[in-house]
Amino acid sequence: MSEELHPFETFLRREMIPHIWCDGCGNGIILNCYVRVLKDLDIDLNKVVTVSGIGCIGRLSGYTNTDSYHTTHGRAIAFATGVKLAKPELNVVVISGDGDLFAIGGNHFIHAARRNADIKVICANNFNYGMTGGQYGPTTPLDAWTTTTPYGNFEHPFNLVHLAVASGAVYVARWTTLHVRRLTESIKKALQKEGFSFIEVITPCPEIYGRRNKMRTGIDMMNWFRKASEIRHQSDPAEAEITPDRIVIGEFVDIEKPSFGRLLREMTAKVQEKIMGGK
Amino acid sequence: MAEKGRAVLVGKHFMQGDIACAEGAIAAGCRFFAGYPITPATEIAERMARRLPEVGGVYVQMEDELASIAAVIGASYAGVKSMTATSGPGFSLMVENIGLAFMTEAPCVIVNVMRGGPSTGQPTKPGQQDVMQAKWGSHGDYEMIALAPSSVQEIFDLTIEAFNLSETYRTPVVVLADETVGHMRERVTIPEVDGIRVVNRKKPRVSPGEYAPFRPDEDLVPPMACFGEGYRFYATGLTHDESGHPSTSSAEAQQKLVQRLCDKIRKNADKIVKTERTMLEDAEVAVVAYGITSRSALSAVRKAREAGIKAGLLRLVTLWPFPDQQVSQVAKKVDAIVVLEMNYGQIVREVERAAKETPVIFLSKLGEETHKPAEILQTIRRACR
Repeated sequence: MSEELHPFETFLRREMIPHIWCDGCGNGIILNCYVRVLKDLDIDLNKVVTVSGIGCIGRLSGYTNTDSYHTTHGRAIAFATGVKLAKPELNVVVISGDGDLFAIGGNHFIHAARRNADIKVICANNFNYGMTGGQYGPTTPLDAWTTTTPYGNFEHPFNLVHLAVASGAVYVARWTTLHVRRLTESIKKALQKEGFSFIEVITPCPEIYGRRNKMRTGIDMMNWFRKASEIRHQSDPAEAEITPDRIVIGEFVDIEKPSFGRLLREMTAKVQEKIMGGK
Repeated sequence: MAEKGRAVLVGKHFMQGDIACAEGAIAAGCRFFAGYPITPATEIAERMARRLPEVGGVYVQMEDELASIAAVIGASYAGVKSMTATSGPGFSLMVENIGLAFMTEAPCVIVNVMRGGPSTGQPTKPGQQDVMQAKWGSHGDYEMIALAPSSVQEIFDLTIEAFNLSETYRTPVVVLADETVGHMRERVTIPEVDGIRVVNRKKPRVSPGEYAPFRPDEDLVPPMACFGEGYRFYATGLTHDESGHPSTSSAEAQQKLVQRLCDKIRKNADKIVKTERTMLEDAEVAVVAYGITSRSALSAVRKAREAGIKAGLLRLVTLWPFPDQQVSQVAKKVDAIVVLEMNYGQIVREVERAAKETPVIFLSKLGEETHKPAEILQTIRRACR
């Protein structure tokens, strides 16, 4: 009898698996949704580059069977910008964490969104620095317990979708790992769209974050997502702050705007045309 | 302008050093520049912004130097020859990712037009204070290649050479210029296209299924597939094996990788290192200098000869890997060595190490302009005693 292959066999780098993620972690769901999109869209895998930064989800680029690169902490978007500008025919996807993209890499995020770099950014938001053992970060909710907020967090967190919209992203959505089907559709949309797309995925981190915050298991965290989630498409991102009682999810923005790469190529073509005409 | 749009501006020009650097890069095949404005390197970015679209390349002004070097590495991995240009403060921001370029063997060129430091220092004044930083700035063991131009012609030539070395050894290369070389104007002769040697990285000779991105040839350099070419490989700043897979706890993997990355430069040092000897054959005192300082040194050595002092000059064109053999050869023949630097003592330590028993006198210059021939001559006289 021939061995039956997993439907995503060709999309994953088998020799890199088992992965490093804990029980109950949502990163596998994000990986699953991502490769499902690659499969559904029938994209030439030779034309996809998956880029990640440092952190638990940072290992994802190693698990996907595309060209992939694992950058230094915070620099995934800047690296991806270089890749896409140098070779515009590639589909460049950044998948990284909230600390990587919004603390150490925050400047690159706002500027890539502002210039509308034609890259897709998926952020696994687990509310803390998981890989280093659970310190608070730029998305940690107020009053949450982490190893560096031993008396509760009193720093105001970022509202990532609001930041993305304000910075100029053409597509902005937020889902949780409970919303697998909608998340998959969203990634699919982002990949087919020109310009800077951003998807925030709220993901459970029971081992490192949840157990310090009365959610011991992945199921506990998913239950919180289920109870708190409210789908509000096209709602005001400014009012989408995550609270213990309410996680506003859905598509916040879906607009058309020429990408940085397109404008750059148009300028280049004009310059070259002028030179040719001048001769 | 008739020459507009050509990649190689063949002919004689009166050009600024920073501009010549940009032209050298384009002549070498550079088609991607990511940078951030900084004195005294800004003119390189400005020239690239104007010239790259003419030749079908990409100029992008990033949000900072961290992003600039990251984008350069990304473009290099996408198969395009790439560079950035900066000065001390920007170089400080880049050093982490210079380590990444070294670790993932991304060919690229980083130009540092040195000014006075530390910190913001003296932006419009020349310095040679980043020499040790170029060698040791990033964490971990690595071997940097760094070249020090002393004229406008040479910054053109050495920028091409920097690209060739980076492509040959799959490694980042630093052009360590200084404010004076960057900002002065001199005559530059740009040769015919076929008179310029251009090296391109080795490509894989195996099928994607057999390809291991970090499996080296005998010269210790792995052939490089680029994104989108169907090889579908993974590269990481983590310690990795030949197939690119992270190996974060194996001592063997760490040893094998770090040794190879360093050895591919160390073992080829003979091919990389360049120095220029002037009047050294019968010299009793040797001056060792590099960059703009070597111009004053040459003048001082000539004056010394006129005064009957047997002085000579060893100009270091390559700073890293350090020209150990060339310095020791000179040291064996002279009574004393004079080292000139626009810093408070950096390369002089390497010279002392290579010179062994031969006395070394150091003449430091901080701020202001470069050393004056008269003060160098005075030091040469002191060395004769």
